[in-house]
Amino acid sequence: MHQELREHIIKLLNTGIRLDGRKLTEYRKPIEVEQGVVKTAEGSARVKIGETDVMVGVKLEVGEPYPDTPDEGTIIVGAELLPLSNPDFELGPPGIQAIELARVVDRGIRESKALDFRKLCITPKEKIWMVIIDICPINDAGNLFDASSLAALAALKNAAYPKFDGEKVDYKEKTSKKLDLEKTPIAVTVIKIGDKFIVDPDIEEEKAVDARLTVSSIEDGTLCAMQKGGDYPLTTEDIDKMLDIGIEKAKELRKHL
Amino acid sequence: MSKIIAQDKSISVPGETLAVGMDILPGTGAYRDGEKIVAKRLGLVTIDGRTIKLIPLSGRYIPKTGDTVICKVIDVGFNGWRLDTNSAYSAMLSMKDATSDFIARGANLTQYYDLGDHIVCKIVNVTSQKLIDVTMRGPGLRKLKGGRVIEVDPNKVPRIIGKQGSMVMMVKDATRCNISVGQNGLIWIDGEPVDELLAIQTIRKIERESHMSGLTDKIKEFLENSGKK
Repeated sequence: MHQELREHIIKLLNTGIRLDGRKLTEYRKPIEVEQGVVKTAEGSARVKIGETDVMVGVKLEVGEPYPDTPDEGTIIVGAELLPLSNPDFELGPPGIQAIELARVVDRGIRESKALDFRKLCITPKEKIWMVIIDICPINDAGNLFDASSLAALAALKNAAYPKFDGEKVDYKEKTSKKLDLEKTPIAVTVIKIGDKFIVDPDIEEEKAVDARLTVSSIEDGTLCAMQKGGDYPLTTEDIDKMLDIGIEKAKELRKHL
Repeated sequence: MSKIIAQDKSISVPGETLAVGMDILPGTGAYRDGEKIVAKRLGLVTIDGRTIKLIPLSGRYIPKTGDTVICKVIDVGFNGWRLDTNSAYSAMLSMKDATSDFIARGANLTQYYDLGDHIVCKIVNVTSQKLIDVTMRGPGLRKLKGGRVIEVDPNKVPRIIGKQGSMVMMVKDATRCNISVGQNGLIWIDGEPVDELLAIQTIRKIERESHMSGLTDKIKEFLENSGKK
């Protein structure tokens, strides 16, 4: 459907330049991270990468643990793609895109062990903290994955526990106790178009994607999660290259936190 | 007694009363409400004798017969194509207006124009219900191959084209790009990567500074300076 556009992008990429004049592995500018934007949430953040704008809120609720992990808290990530942010999005129950976005963010945080779930336990087998992360794109100008995971992390960093007396949670009062974030898993989506690899695609480049790989890594470069998308397959060499780019670029993004 | 309230060259907002009196006529962008002449949109008030019209400063494209537009194919039907006109209404390109080739019954129409293709076409008819008919018969009307399409404010299109196409010609010559400007605010650009970027930069600059006088000279200078780098 977007064959003409794809060919044009490839022609440009072969000369080392992208549609908007960026280099292949260059993020859009400016990258802005703003914390504490929603007062009613326990933690929140708004991240802008170029024109892309994502807001994330963190709520903390007291709930029952799962039977197989009686002494561990949990996280629940949800994403809602509003028609406001992109005319292609539709109202209604979350579609494949929204579910994938939420799961990629969830996996990055979960598998990196950024949050120690044991510390979220209040009384084993009875009460735990559930960390609910809601992703809400304000404007989708491409690369929601990276923006959302960065925003989720910033919101978690910002989150403080509400007052809890053992029975009821008082959301009006926040305590000084912050969520204990031990690692910072940063997701970087590397795109393959033709035989070239790029990061931070804009909306037009996203239409022409052959394959994409979202790479989440922590401070020391340890890989913690991956997600492949797009119609075309990837060779092991491709994946190696994409991982290198992803881990390298994560270091750059981490500076904005 | 009739009275013109708005000043010439002032900015009006929708709903603003521009004049009172039955002997004053509403032009484009204004309408009559009893005695009053009221602004329909955000625009620059132009008083021309007894008529008051508005030069729109914002808003989406409204299809007009005779406009050359750049459209995107959004549906391929049995006897034609449906096109996105970058306005609130979609257009219909019928088979007889699309090509002079013989098309056999039941032929695959995607070999002419496929989903997602951009084409330059001309609006031949807009009904009161805003059903739009377009044609591909005419000079310069074609399917766009390669290049890219950018979107600009349709109200700035006359400035981008310039008097008798002077502005767009200047950009074309300086950047060695092929450029097609649609009245609906879509612009197609094809050239070498660096030149394309310069063309886009220039067009964005024209769009931004469209209200300034002496724009042609400014753009000329801008293009000359960028050429040196």
